[in-house]
Amino acid sequence: MNVGYVLRRFGVFLIIIWLAATLSFLLPRLAPVNPIREKLLQAVSFGGAGKTDMEAVVKNYEAKFGLDQPLWRQYVLYISDMARFDFGISISNFPSKVIDIIMRALPWTIGLLLVSTLIAFVVGTLLGALAAWPQTPIVVNLLLTPLITLSSIPFYILGLILVYLLAFSLRWFPLSGGYNQFTIPSLNWAFMMDVLHHSILPALSIVLASIGSWAIGMRGMIISGLGEDYITFAEAKGLKDREIFYRYALRNALLPQTTSLALSLGYIVSGAVLVEVVFGYPGVGTVLYQAIRLFDYFVIYGIVMILILAIGLATLLIDLLYPLLDPRITYQGR
Amino acid sequence: MRLSSTIRQHPLLMWGLAIMILLILFGPVMSNFVDVQGVKLGSGMPEVPPSAEYPLGTDTYGREILPVMVVGTPLTLRIGLIAGAIGLSIGIVLGFVAGYFGGWVDTLIKGAADVLLTVPGLLFLVVIATTLRGAVSVNMMALVVASLAWMWPTRTIRSQVLTLRERQFVLVARLNGMGGFEIILRELIPNLLPYLAASFVSAVGSAILATIGLEALGLGPQNEPTLGMTIYWALYSTAILRGLWWWWGPPIVVIIFTFLGLFLITLGLDQIANPKLRRVT
Repeated sequence: MNVGYVLRRFGVFLIIIWLAATLSFLLPRLAPVNPIREKLLQAVSFGGAGKTDMEAVVKNYEAKFGLDQPLWRQYVLYISDMARFDFGISISNFPSKVIDIIMRALPWTIGLLLVSTLIAFVVGTLLGALAAWPQTPIVVNLLLTPLITLSSIPFYILGLILVYLLAFSLRWFPLSGGYNQFTIPSLNWAFMMDVLHHSILPALSIVLASIGSWAIGMRGMIISGLGEDYITFAEAKGLKDREIFYRYALRNALLPQTTSLALSLGYIVSGAVLVEVVFGYPGVGTVLYQAIRLFDYFVIYGIVMILILAIGLATLLIDLLYPLLDPRITYQGR
Repeated sequence: MRLSSTIRQHPLLMWGLAIMILLILFGPVMSNFVDVQGVKLGSGMPEVPPSAEYPLGTDTYGREILPVMVVGTPLTLRIGLIAGAIGLSIGIVLGFVAGYFGGWVDTLIKGAADVLLTVPGLLFLVVIATTLRGAVSVNMMALVVASLAWMWPTRTIRSQVLTLRERQFVLVARLNGMGGFEIILRELIPNLLPYLAASFVSAVGSAILATIGLEALGLGPQNEPTLGMTIYWALYSTAILRGLWWWWGPPIVVIIFTFLGLFLITLGLDQIANPKLRRVT
């Protein structure tokens, strides 16, 4: 693998992170009144029991961002804080650090997303490939039509319907949350099954609503590949249909399919954030939703930064894995 | 009448257009029959199931759901159409400039679009909308969403221009002494119409998706009964867990039909642009 390519790709990753950090620095300062200060002062003026706490937060905020210093120094300070994952302290949850709050929620989100996206990608890609293959039984196409229709609606809308039908009316699944609130999280069998039981509906709404889009993309790719010379050649060689399908048609269509996986990660994460809100799942989506309700800006910006970082890393990884999928790509400088 | 026969030959496109036209007409037509004052807080008894008095029931705050739908559907569609139109316009300009002129301009534009595409758009919008919070109007919402609606149009238009640029008729036009912008306007755009239409539809779709998402998170125009805000209030009041299906059901039905309609149009336009795909669908 070419070192120059890896470096260039890593540079793009850094630019994304830098852009996100700069945006979250500039926007509050471009607004006519800095909403963060406004919120802090408002919290202080409420007074009462939390008053001393709030004054401490405001002091912390002003010292942290050096508001008396020139703008460029504030910027340098801000960026270096971001680089050290120091997102500040939660306003609504005073003594907790934002990074701790995020780190508690992040495993839930990653687990839910990883499993459901993988299932949807693998099943959808296979179904789409089969649908384009002339020898496939008609059943596959019949199965695909409702799935493709479902893929046009957002995950969480499907989630709302699933909650109502399967959890509220039929009571097959719990209504919300990531585990039974009356159990203590621990690494035993009962707890794991409980977590699984709670995650089926959120995962199902992501899987059902995204299988169709993978299938459509794959089907288009296979169809446009079927006319190619290498397929005709493989047929002329007398290879079995099954072999032509797996080794020639499927494999060649996998690369663009993986590219679209990398491109749609952002869309998937945005969708999953809302799925978590619908299900009250204890991941970052729910934390973000609560932070927005409470105007907890540091938590909001922290979550956005972490998610953008995570997606950036994932796309970086996918891009670097291409040569494994397609030996023709070696990233030699052109 | 080439247009109408094209539409009749593609049932998917026809159904999609029919759904969208019905949705667009729903608000203006129904507002003649429904008292739109019912969208105000406390205009009816709270949490009444559908009845003769309130055809779609009322929510916890005493808003009547039918008028909320009548007022909210056009608002959400308006956000989508404005943002989609802005996104497509930016996409056309950037896509043509990048694809036709190439060079470092192309590298820059394609790079920017690709970088922004991998970023979760909704999260960037969350940062912008959080800053504007409290002061968001419906039109501002459209602008916020439009700021990230131009990347896909730019990408698709650019790649189409790249292939068209090498065709014979463009070469002939160039040899005849046409300038760059004249070629774009007179030779390229007419050939790209199905792609431009498809880009517009998908830009509108993703704009509506983004605005409903932002609103469901609580970042929308707080005083406007858009579809997304209705879902936000329903989630806020745990309407699902309390069995108030008439509250969140109607906005969901409208949203599903919106996306279904846009999706069918996209599929139909796809068939026109790539006739190869038609034999399977």
